[in-house]
Amino acid sequence: MQTWWGPFAIILIAGWIATDVWRWIGVFAGGRLREDGELLIWVRCVATALVAGVISKLVFFPQGALADTPLWLRLLAMACGFAAFLSLRQSVIIGVLTGVSVLVAGWMAL
Amino acid sequence: MTVPQEPQPPSPPADASGCGRVWFFRGARAAISIPALILTAAFVGYAGLARESGLSLAETLAMTGFVWALPSIVVLTGAMTSGMGILPAAFAVALASVRLMPMTMALMPLIKVPGKTRTWQLLVASHFVAVTAWVYAMRNLPDLPKEGRLPFFVGFGAAVSGFVFCMTGIAYVLVDRMPPMVAGALFLLTPVYFLCSLWGAARLLADKAAMIAGLVLGPVFFVLLPGLDLLWTGLAGGTLAYLATRIWRRSRS
Repeated sequence: MQTWWGPFAIILIAGWIATDVWRWIGVFAGGRLREDGELLIWVRCVATALVAGVISKLVFFPQGALADTPLWLRLLAMACGFAAFLSLRQSVIIGVLTGVSVLVAGWMAL
Repeated sequence: MTVPQEPQPPSPPADASGCGRVWFFRGARAAISIPALILTAAFVGYAGLARESGLSLAETLAMTGFVWALPSIVVLTGAMTSGMGILPAAFAVALASVRLMPMTMALMPLIKVPGKTRTWQLLVASHFVAVTAWVYAMRNLPDLPKEGRLPFFVGFGAAVSGFVFCMTGIAYVLVDRMPPMVAGALFLLTPVYFLCSLWGAARLLADKAAMIAGLVLGPVFFVLLPGLDLLWTGLAGGTLAYLATRIWRRSRS
């Protein structure tokens, strides 16, 4: 895919269609599928594990400026952010701010 | 033309479209909210990731506008940088976005006025189904009159995605001029945001088990099976978590 439109074809087919097709099915299926059925539980498990895999890849094998930081600092920042999120009423904003602050503080201390 | 079945305050047809517009703008105004700000920050972080991954500004914006679900966008970015073919990439993205189906299904009875709402209107509205707008809609739409919900939701979704679209573009342009530490902090924003919001969205033990399995297996499969590692992480980790929690559920009941 060296053409200029190659990436856009991927974005439209593998991105837009592959995502919106579920929304369209949701519109037409509305109410006919049980949300707590075993099949959907498994499907949600697969989706969750896939996205979780992306998260940990971003931390273990980062690109760009983040690649200059040691792995332990990235893991520490993630752990502190998640701990803050859990202990303070599951507030995402507090988790994010804590994680990023720990990373910057550790980076400056190095 | 249609006569309302329930006793309602009389509203002439001429008012109906104007009424819809009012609800659209009310929805757009409601979009100025903390969850929308967090989402904007997450997309600003993504703009940095996209730039580092070698995507152009137009490609980054096309992904933001067309896909409009950050997990799918991040998966697709990963697939494109690892040179995955278009079909495996579509498969990985489709797996990552299945959760949009039950979410859309749950939203439909709320925004649909039987006999009045057209299917194409629902299809347009469904594009805005993503975690942020959905959580807000499920919590707040039931308080609104039924006719106002669809335009309100579309107004909310259009305002959030329009704002995020612009901010993603601005962040993409600016990230190059940022000091490395600020850029690095931005790159960490995406994983921390997902770690927290994914855990917050997990309702069953199976969801949490799947999350832990994915976190552990992601780097393992990346080393063992680079290229298709995302698919393997999802299928193996998800199935493992599902079976383990299923056995656990059965043994307790």
